[in-house]
Order: sequence, then structure tokens, then C-alpha cells
Amino acid sequence: MSPFLSTAITITLSLHALAMALGVLRLLRGPAAQDRVLALDFLFTVAMLTMLVLAIRYDSSMYFEPALLMALCGFVSSLATAKFLLRGEVIE
Amino acid sequence: MSDIAVGLLLLFSAGLVLTAAIGLTRLPDFFQRLHAPALASTLGNWCVALASIVHFSMREEGLSLHVWLIAILLSITAPVTTMVLARAGLFRRRQAGDALPPPLGGSSTPDATDTPAAADER
Repeated sequence: MSPFLSTAITITLSLHALAMALGVLRLLRGPAAQDRVLALDFLFTVAMLTMLVLAIRYDSSMYFEPALLMALCGFVSSLATAKFLLRGEVIE
Repeated sequence: MSDIAVGLLLLFSAGLVLTAAIGLTRLPDFFQRLHAPALASTLGNWCVALASIVHFSMREEGLSLHVWLIAILLSITAPVTTMVLARAGLFRRRQAGDALPPPLGGSSTPDATDTPAAADER
């Protein structure tokens, strides 16, 4: 791995950490429930991207399955919570 | 050579993700904040997936396209989440009687459910 790629991965992971901190800020501060759901969905996305960056960092394709699971779980949980906010129940 | 491409793609996606986070934090209204995470889940995600494909295709012989599955999955699911969340936000704002963003102008046949009067009757 070249020094440029190593530095780029370090910067990318730091920026992802900063983005997740900002997402947590919105999650804690969000005035309404839908803001918190949006922040949680964003956090799932950034965590999944971090998994993919870590796969490049450690040269391992083992990180692919957690990333896929994280994308799926983020979608299902966000959809279920938004449906709950919309209807008051998840499955009608 | 491929390391430079991978690094540039990663840096670009990191910038997009940070932009999305700043938008999520700084934008004043919920319906404006709803737009921000799309940056991370579309173009940021595609750049990371492309970087991963380039990196693993250079390391191992042959294409390794399985990361593309995540990009396609997220591209399909992100609009669904956003639309359901927007409807939930609209519904809750109407229930609470808050000020709603005005309906888009120029429509000759305004939808009755989008006017504030319909929210008052409910």
C-alpha cells in the first residue's frame, strides 16, 4: 500500500468520524422524532461506508458482509420507525 | 497508479459525507435537512464502492464486483426511506398544527390535502 493511499484512508476515516459526531449531535438535539430517525439513518450509512473503507485499509473482503447487513438493517429500521411515526403501528 | 485513483475516490467521498453531515446539522428546517443525507447515500456511496472495486480488482486477478451490490441496494432503498420519512414529517407537523412549507406554486389543480385548510379540518 502506497503512502498516499495510507494517508488518504486516514483522512477519510477521520472525516467519517467527524461526520458521525455531527450526526450524533443532530440525533441528540433533533427537535422532532423524525429528525432523530433521519440522523440514525445517516449514521447507518456512514458506518457502512466506514466498513468499506476498512476493507480497503486491511485488504480483506471479510468486511463486505457486515457492510451489506448494515445497509439492510439501516433500511429496515428506518422504514419501520418512519412507518410507526406515520401510522402509530408498524404492521397494519 | 491504482492506489492514487483509490485514494482520490476515497477523499472525494469523504468530502461528500462531511458535506452531508454539515447539512444535516446546520440546515434550519426538517424538510431541508431531509435532502442532505442523500449526498452520502448516493454519490459518496458510489465513490467508495468504485474505489473498493478498483482496489480489489487490482489485487486479485479478475473483477471483484460484489461491492457493487451494496451500492445498488442503497440506491434503491435511500429514496424509499426519504419519501416515507417526509410523509411522516408532514403528517406529524399537520397533527401538531405547526407552520408547513408552502405548496409548490404554479400547479393549476392544487391537491386538497396539501392546503392548510385541510389540515385545520382534520
